[in-house]
Amino acid sequence: MPAPDTNPDVSALAAAPGLEEWHLDLHAQGARRDEAVAHLHAILLRAARFEVFRRRGSLPHLSAVELDELAQDAADDAAVSVLRRLGDFRGESSFRTWAYKFALLEASVKVRRRAWRDREVTLEPEHWESLAHAGPGPDDDVESGELLEAVRDGIRTALTPRQRQVLVAAVLEGVPIDVLAERLDSNRNALYKVLHDARRRLRAHVAAAGFPEVDE
Amino acid sequence: MTGRDLDPTLQRLLGSSEPELDCDECFAQLDRYVELELAGAPADEHVPGLRAHLVGCPACAEEHESLRALLELDSAT
Repeated sequence: MPAPDTNPDVSALAAAPGLEEWHLDLHAQGARRDEAVAHLHAILLRAARFEVFRRRGSLPHLSAVELDELAQDAADDAAVSVLRRLGDFRGESSFRTWAYKFALLEASVKVRRRAWRDREVTLEPEHWESLAHAGPGPDDDVESGELLEAVRDGIRTALTPRQRQVLVAAVLEGVPIDVLAERLDSNRNALYKVLHDARRRLRAHVAAAGFPEVDE
Repeated sequence: MTGRDLDPTLQRLLGSSEPELDCDECFAQLDRYVELELAGAPADEHVPGLRAHLVGCPACAEEHESLRALLELDSAT
């Protein structure tokens, strides 16, 4: 896989802030737009390769060619997103930075999903019992043990089944939220809201059990 | 939470009571936030709630780190 900054065309763009106005041609027609779209894709590919390269440790079984194909797919999908959402760009950052984040998102999601593609995701709520391994050791004080028990009780009694499922998978099982979203036919934002609500309920339960500092 | 050094797993389970953006709001503000950070501006004052979200959301935190690193690479070339 090429190093992320070896594309001469894109490196030239990155080093020449004066060329930022090219993106206005994305709103044009014909050859001017085609040229601007090609610039956009090159920039997105740079970002996607950068991200795949950074995360390649989670994909040790993929060849350099396969990694680059992943980056190409991410750049293609990011280009579609950027062109669809051009009207959202308000100039609060440079266009290049704004476009980069789409490619980084697409690439990081693809890397996470590929890394977990053949891994089983256990969505059984009973697995939260593994929290026993996250608690205090034999030398910790009684209060720490009581806090852990309050958390365990909160997971058991204060959460909805969906909240318990998402909290356990995302936090205790370490399942990336994008992978979880794919398995649960949902999306990152919706699942994060479930996670956020679960944490809020759990804090309230633990605070009521005698640990008000967790909800301050 | 204050006043107690929680086990990291317990911290991730309980999260923070600090107001935070959701993932979509974080994505919408991420480019502006990172440019402010790199400019040495008070990014957290300009975009309140984004830092708290990054603490609670590992996926968004990774993308924040990557965007920052990519812009730093650009500025070095």
